Amino acid sequence: MSAATFRFGEGNPQYDAQGRLRHLLSTEGLRERELLQILDTAESFLSIAHRSVKKTPTLRGRTIVNLFFENSTRTRSTFELAAKRLSADVLNIAVSTSSASKGESLIDTVDNLMAMQVDGFVLRHPEAGAAHLIACHLGDSALVVNAGDGQHAHPTQALLDVFTIRRLAGPIENRVVAIVGDVLHSRVARSQIHALSILGCPEIRVIGPRTLVPEELSALGVHVYHDLQAGLRGVDVICALRLQRERMVSHRLPSLNEFYHRFGLTPERLQWAAQGALVLHPGPMNRGVEIASEVADGAQSVILQQVAHGLAMRMAVLTILAGAAGGE
Amino acid sequence: MHRIIRNIRVMDPSDGFDAVTDLAVAGGRIVARGMLPPDFTAGEVLDGTGLIACPGFIETSFQAHTPGHGRDGDLASELRAAVAGGVTQVLLRPDTLPMADIPAVLQEQRILADRLALANVHLSGALTTQLQGTALTEMAGLAAAGAIAFSQAKEPVLSAALLRLALSYAADLGLPVLLHGEEPELAANGVMHEGRLSIRLGLSGRPAAAEQIGVQRDIAIAALSGCPIHFPHLSIAAAVAEVVAARQRGEPVTCGVSIHHLLLTEQDIGFFNLHAKILPPLRAVAERDALRHAIAMGAITAISSDHNPWGVDREGMTFTQAPFGIAAVEWLLPLALRLVDEGVLDLMTVLHLLSVGPAQALGLPVPSLAVGATADFCIFDPDSYFTVETGRQWSRGRNLPYGQWELRGQVRYTLVAGRMVFRG
Repeated sequence: MSAATFRFGEGNPQYDAQGRLRHLLSTEGLRERELLQILDTAESFLSIAHRSVKKTPTLRGRTIVNLFFENSTRTRSTFELAAKRLSADVLNIAVSTSSASKGESLIDTVDNLMAMQVDGFVLRHPEAGAAHLIACHLGDSALVVNAGDGQHAHPTQALLDVFTIRRLAGPIENRVVAIVGDVLHSRVARSQIHALSILGCPEIRVIGPRTLVPEELSALGVHVYHDLQAGLRGVDVICALRLQRERMVSHRLPSLNEFYHRFGLTPERLQWAAQGALVLHPGPMNRGVEIASEVADGAQSVILQQVAHGLAMRMAVLTILAGAAGGE
Repeated sequence: MHRIIRNIRVMDPSDGFDAVTDLAVAGGRIVARGMLPPDFTAGEVLDGTGLIACPGFIETSFQAHTPGHGRDGDLASELRAAVAGGVTQVLLRPDTLPMADIPAVLQEQRILADRLALANVHLSGALTTQLQGTALTEMAGLAAAGAIAFSQAKEPVLSAALLRLALSYAADLGLPVLLHGEEPELAANGVMHEGRLSIRLGLSGRPAAAEQIGVQRDIAIAALSGCPIHFPHLSIAAAVAEVVAARQRGEPVTCGVSIHHLLLTEQDIGFFNLHAKILPPLRAVAERDALRHAIAMGAITAISSDHNPWGVDREGMTFTQAPFGIAAVEWLLPLALRLVDEGVLDLMTVLHLLSVGPAQALGLPVPSLAVGATADFCIFDPDSYFTVETGRQWSRGRNLPYGQWELRGQVRYTLVAGRMVFRG
């Protein structure tokens, strides 16, 4: 490890010196044409799932490491399946917090895997900036996909969400989107906001109590609401967020009950939004906390389509990043 | 050794002297400024043409990790860095490993410092045991072991009642207390300034209000006993204003600011740049400008580099894991000259804030280049431009956000009690 490989703060580290997308660390700062290319590529991968032979040779001979320092079901399994359907070899490493605390640094873990000649990392880590750290360390030698870093970003989730909106609700340029719940602590919401802004979404709203939706969020270009009825009025898409129980411990909320009463999505409240508004949730859901089962399982819910789209999206992202590498 | 420095611009902020003249040094003191004694002979004659001599700088917040592990620097490496920056006096922070909260640690520091004989090393004792704010240290014993101040380093005292008792006890001993004014629950585990950028990066923030409240509270508590206090590193103008108001009421309160808070902002964090992680955190641009205004108005007593080196291991940590700090004592003067070049302060005021001001805050003799004064001074070239190359510094710290900055004002010579301790 040489100090010279660290080039923090010098532009957006997900691009290489030639300005090509080399890593996917955040949706922030992506160019519109790249975002559209990712969405269009995902579109082409959707159909593959319905063939009897679901594999393509795109990543044959490459090795992708799923390096997960946090639990995950959906994200990890769709990344694994995505890499396998692209014919890559996949190494799944789940590092529990306890073994990380035995002392090996993230960089050392990555260097050890690099010694095995792997080609890419899908990283989930409880700390913001972890994916940036290894991307700056690796530079052009392997691709890095951020599969969630602390409360900072979860770009593939946001991409599959905008993909879902584009497919099922129509052009993003004239759809009003509301994100409801614990926006402050949500990496998904941050990534959604950037992706939607880049694609020209005319109005993004964030809705929740001030302890979870502070006014400063408006710096991200969103409209802040602390009243669900006002916030939902006329919206075409509702993105619910998972509410974590830690928020009660940290006194940001008095109780789950009260949150449900103020901000839970119920069939009655869905009426406040535009007719037929889509309901998204990144999972895992807390039924009866941020969303009622009638809504989660209802006609307007596209939560399971999101999962299917997630697979296509992750295939698209790996293909595009590996393509940039192959072009060298 | 007797020395003569000829034709040098002497700038002495202790009395405002500013002229091109000759300096003579003998027996560790300035023996002439201007006309030399006719029979004076020197072992070395330096040509000071184009150079400036000024009193050596005093660093009020100096982490040398001694005692400590060594990988992040030790007293030897960090004092070499200090004298390379024209610093002739440092006050060690008590948050070493083990902490400087018992006399034995200070005695060890004293022995090591004397053996190195580089900059003058002043010792501070922890105000509370383990800096935890739950029990008083043996302050009289620490003073007897050489402490010239008591300090909480970067730890606020949670209990107002205990802080009151600690300051009352310290007041008996007549030594100043250095405090980190910050409301600890409000600052919580924040790793940067709380604001738009922390929200963007998903990092937990420390609100500016935490510092304002902490400083307000500490000043009010200090007033109960009249204990002199100094805040070595404030980062917001509202906290500086509290200090100014206290001084106007006649309370012995001073504050300093780190050079980093005058040059950098939270934006320097960019995409998780560890090198811009310091405590208190870098603030917004408007706050940096307000601090610049405050220092131009004379509200701030001292500029510090808040020297806190971390070695190469920190480079592999995430932003949240990495400890706070910047190691830049070697470039304290060139960085401070940026304030001159940007029209914030004049050169004499900068030199005052680096030498006379810190001495006043710590209750040390005012450094001077007058005849008879101890020959602690630095000679620098105000017109030599250079590019900061990280990895080529004396300090073992690699945590420097100024890589590739173009600066001017390299230190050429540093003398401590007439001895040449650095030659650039």
